[in-house]
Amino acid sequence: MKLIRIAAAGVLAALALAGCAGNPMASSGAGASGESIVVGSANFPESELLADIYAEALKAKGVAVTTKLNIASRETYVPALKSGEINLIPEYTGNFAKYLNKDADVADEAKALAALRAALPDTLVALEPAKAQDKDAVVVTAATASKYSLTSIADLAPVAGQLVLGGPPEWPTRANGVPGLASVYGVTFKEFKPLDVAGPLSVQALKNDQVQATNLFTTDPSIKANGFVVLDDPKNLFGAQNVIPVITKAKASDTVKGALNAVSAKLDTDTLAGLVTKVVVDKKDASAVASEWLKAQGLA
Amino acid sequence: MTWFLDHLAQVGGLLVTHAYLAVVPLVVGLALAVPLGWLATRFPRLYTPLITASGLLYTIPSLALFVLMPLVLGLGILNPLNVIVALTLYTVALLVRTVADGLSSVPEQVRQAATAMGIGPVRRFVTVELPLAVPVIAAGLRVAAVSNVSIVSVAALIGIAQLGSLFTDGFARDFLDPIVVGIVACIVLALILDLAIVALARAVTPWLRGGRAG
Amino acid sequence: MNLILAYLTDPAHWQGSGGIPARVLEHLIYTLVTLLVAAAIGVPLGLWVGHTGRGRWAVVNLVNGMRSVPTLGLLFVAVLVLGPRIRGDLAFVVPSILVLVVLAVPPILAGAYAGVDAVDPLARDAAKAMGMSSREVLFGVELPCALPLLFGGLRSAALQVVATATIAAAVSVGGLGRLLIDGQAVRDYGQMAAGAVLVAALALAVDLVFALVQRVAISPGLVPARRRPIDRKNPTPANPVA
Repeated sequence: MKLIRIAAAGVLAALALAGCAGNPMASSGAGASGESIVVGSANFPESELLADIYAEALKAKGVAVTTKLNIASRETYVPALKSGEINLIPEYTGNFAKYLNKDADVADEAKALAALRAALPDTLVALEPAKAQDKDAVVVTAATASKYSLTSIADLAPVAGQLVLGGPPEWPTRANGVPGLASVYGVTFKEFKPLDVAGPLSVQALKNDQVQATNLFTTDPSIKANGFVVLDDPKNLFGAQNVIPVITKAKASDTVKGALNAVSAKLDTDTLAGLVTKVVVDKKDASAVASEWLKAQGLA
Repeated sequence: MTWFLDHLAQVGGLLVTHAYLAVVPLVVGLALAVPLGWLATRFPRLYTPLITASGLLYTIPSLALFVLMPLVLGLGILNPLNVIVALTLYTVALLVRTVADGLSSVPEQVRQAATAMGIGPVRRFVTVELPLAVPVIAAGLRVAAVSNVSIVSVAALIGIAQLGSLFTDGFARDFLDPIVVGIVACIVLALILDLAIVALARAVTPWLRGGRAG
Repeated sequence: MNLILAYLTDPAHWQGSGGIPARVLEHLIYTLVTLLVAAAIGVPLGLWVGHTGRGRWAVVNLVNGMRSVPTLGLLFVAVLVLGPRIRGDLAFVVPSILVLVVLAVPPILAGAYAGVDAVDPLARDAAKAMGMSSREVLFGVELPCALPLLFGGLRSAALQVVATATIAAAVSVGGLGRLLIDGQAVRDYGQMAAGAVLVAALALAVDLVFALVQRVAISPGLVPARRRPIDRKNPTPANPVA
């Protein structure tokens, strides 16, 4: 570590001498001054799509926007949001509230929204949520569901000891990930296998029986395509997950708020799932799907 | 192919960023490696520690270096400087040895002849030793250039957009087209950099162009 | 520094299937399998090219070309294409090892080829004059003389594979890369830094083992020749980490 620190400091000094500090890529820092808003996204297609929708909607209202998509998990982009490296990100009420306060009550939509607004730091503001929800879910194959007669997460309790659970690498520490399954449902799996964020690895691993249950998102078109079974969540572990724009307060002018709230007003779960399908299944560009939809809604 | 044609502008933009992220470390790394390599040849006692330290740096996985850089430098996590500094470290690590070997490949007679002609040590280094070491240094630089292009793409895992973003995007959607286009673009970029270094090395070593072509 | 120590000294991190010993073992297995496969391809091919002088141009360009293939992209392609065709836990492991093999073949091939190519023509001629067959020249003279450079290629491949095998964690494969990817997912700097340190230590340990084997395997008569000047056109392959 010390070696890296010394060497890195030397390199940085050399870069400063070479005048590279004023490089074109640092221009994203320009977002800190003036009107420009930096839109970020998490590392899964729906988040990128929503970020594109926000960005295009803002552009249509004449707001200067840059995007920094596919950053990583919440654990990474939230510090960037707090520090002002990004100013706007599409979020989900329940999960973000739980991230900020692991004891937050997110059982229904109103509670989740209130919990999120209460837990947000002063510099950030959550605008109006959309009707659209995309929840985490525990998903199994049809074969596994019938073998153990599973319809709800609670049914896993007696058999989970023989099964492997898959999910994103951050799941073992997320309040509504592995720990939540244990504390709320008493479900403890034999093993957790870190996959991707509800992407192709998760789907493949489930099909392939490398894992017998995995975390997918409820809007994921591959659930239907593969006949996977989404286990019910009667105790509301995953809570309400409305899509919501979270933005740096200083950037939330009336124009900006207006544009983003108008998006939320038009976005319901079926619409969102349909748009995600266009990106993930039809392989269309998220930005193209975003502008097409905004135009159809008269928002761009 | 159609995907590529439909996304020319996007791929072009990512290619330019990718080239920038790969080339700046190359130039800065070379500028740092020359004095370090000189130290290693001038003071043989420094050779082993310098080479060992640079070898150690090279065993650190790039993903780890990218992610830890913000902590070390105190920059924001999305600042591309993190990637540039990390790659500069790799470049220096690779080139110190090459520069040292290149400098020590300069025949002793040449050095003595230059001294006998009354050329001072600094001028001798710049006008005699360094130019004669160019072929060896250029060979190292080519390896560094090609490896930088590959390593830059890993930065897509930490949200820095460049050609590697096509990999993560394609992977998340189970879509090969962007990944393949990204790979080809990386190879093309590596090839261009490689040819540029060869051409540059040839340009600064006119005396080698006679009978030893190819 | 304290973060690393805190992570490494926590006994919980040394137990079970996700513990450090298990991760190190996985990492070593991937590395070993990769090197064996890569050597099985690279060594014979390199020896053959060096011995016959055929396909030299192709080898040099192939080696440089393969170096420029970005590992992360190739890994994603391999997993998307091969993953669904392989059953069980090997679905992600096999594509990952394949990609590492692609990474490891060039330095090994270059080392074997350069080793044979650099054999003193006098030694070769002397062997022929003694009535050795082409095969005997290759295995009795050229191969032993090529060992120093061949080992150089193997060592640089090993370093590269140990460092790059971490990337495979991005596609759910085990090994020390898990500490990096899982650490990144939850922003646990201690875990990531500990992972980096362990990878570096493992790389050094593997290199040390190679150095010892090399000392035993190489004829003492060849050792002084090890520090030969660098061939300008084919420098000893350095190791790009991905």
